[in-house]
Amino acid sequence: MSIKYSEDHEWVDAKEDDLVVIGITDFAQEQLGDLVYVELPEVGDECTKGENISVIESVKAASDLVAPVSGSIIEVNSRLEDEPEIVTEDSMGEGWFIKVKLSNPSELDELMDEEAYNAFIED
Amino acid sequence: MSVGSEIRKTPLHKMHVDAGAKMVPFAGYEMPVSYPLGIKKEHTHTRERAGLFDVSHMGQIRLSGEHAMSALESLVPVDIIDLPLMKTRYALFTSENGGVMDDLMVTNLGDNSLFLVVNAACKDSDFEHLQHHLGSSCELEFCDDLALLALQGPKAVKVLCEHAPSIKEMAFMTAKQTKINEIDCLVTRSGYTGEDGFEISVSAKDAESLASLLIANDEVEWIGLGARDSLRLEAGLSLYGHELDISHSPVESSLNWALSKVRRLGGEREGNYLGDQVILNQLENGSDTKVVGILPEGKMPVRDGATIQDENGNQVGYVTSGGFGPTLNKPISIARIETKFNQSQSKLFALVRDKIIAVEIIKLPFVEHNYYRG
Repeated sequence: MSIKYSEDHEWVDAKEDDLVVIGITDFAQEQLGDLVYVELPEVGDECTKGENISVIESVKAASDLVAPVSGSIIEVNSRLEDEPEIVTEDSMGEGWFIKVKLSNPSELDELMDEEAYNAFIED
Repeated sequence: MSVGSEIRKTPLHKMHVDAGAKMVPFAGYEMPVSYPLGIKKEHTHTRERAGLFDVSHMGQIRLSGEHAMSALESLVPVDIIDLPLMKTRYALFTSENGGVMDDLMVTNLGDNSLFLVVNAACKDSDFEHLQHHLGSSCELEFCDDLALLALQGPKAVKVLCEHAPSIKEMAFMTAKQTKINEIDCLVTRSGYTGEDGFEISVSAKDAESLASLLIANDEVEWIGLGARDSLRLEAGLSLYGHELDISHSPVESSLNWALSKVRRLGGEREGNYLGDQVILNQLENGSDTKVVGILPEGKMPVRDGATIQDENGNQVGYVTSGGFGPTLNKPISIARIETKFNQSQSKLFALVRDKIIAVEIIKLPFVEHNYYRG
């Protein structure tokens, strides 16, 4: 399954069945600039699509990470707590934020594919 | 002066765009917030080498006339009459209630002429304020045809000396009229980063030539407003609208050092400026609040607006500026707190979202100033 994208500039990679990895896009990290702090949710927390689940702080400002899907958080990338710059260096890979077990897998259908997302950020 | 709500551009706008700057609206201007280098590297570059800033959005005002110096003293709690020729002094416009209307730099150009540099967001109201109070006794000129560049950092002097060797001996807070590569400039050894450096006032038509000359040097990089803010924060320098505002006096904003002795109680020219009763009284008896440095525990930035509370959860202040200090590689903040908590043994906390973070009060600046005092 391919990677999907949200209008809040997150990527959602569906790994197997109802498990997804979530991070922010390269476009998002470029907009944010140098990251200095990432506040992650706790493993076991529930997230609801459209709600804030994490805070990303750049030198300049704090931004929210908005849940692109609903489910329970089964893993967080705790490396980001000490090395938020990983997101800048590899936002689509090592800089992932959380893994979520979906409660409503059909929400994935509401996200954009790569082509649609690229068109979205062109605007 | 601003024209309606139209966004304005400085004479160097095209250079910023060509350099790949991220442009944002700021105080009515479209300004570079960062360049491709990024805020952290721009910050470090300025601390280690030399950074070039376009600060042409700031207001440059010339005040002249036989009584210009004594006239300005009626609006600032600062000694202007004894300001020596070609020296620069930090000053504040105060209100009738003793609040701060703006902070500014004043340079004595000689021949009863003063040169003022004021904040971009306040420049129109400052000019009206000057016109209202001094318009009948002095000549006032809003120098809209001038650009302002800042060259800051330990290599700034070396870079500028290549084109104007005579600036080498200038001490901090002095000024000089000089040519830089045949371009007429008013150079002051001052800045807003805590580093040695210069601010260069130049006619708008020459601004691009001057900037091109400076940026061509390998030591120099363009620096945006983002790093300008983190640099001044580390240097513990006040920003209008944050540490300074109309609701708080200079004493409440911990700027006692800027209030000249001759304008204080018992001084040769005590008081006689707007808000003098409030300010003189606070100088004698202290003020209820102070502005202090705050070092939060951990890595989470504590930004402006965050509540400062005591161990029982009572609010005792708020953060006026805060973020991340690249030189210290940790979060730093400035806060306004009740004066009685301004001691190192006070146990204070910042409330950020739903988290309570222990903070330590420290003496500003966070990074030592590196001025050239001659």
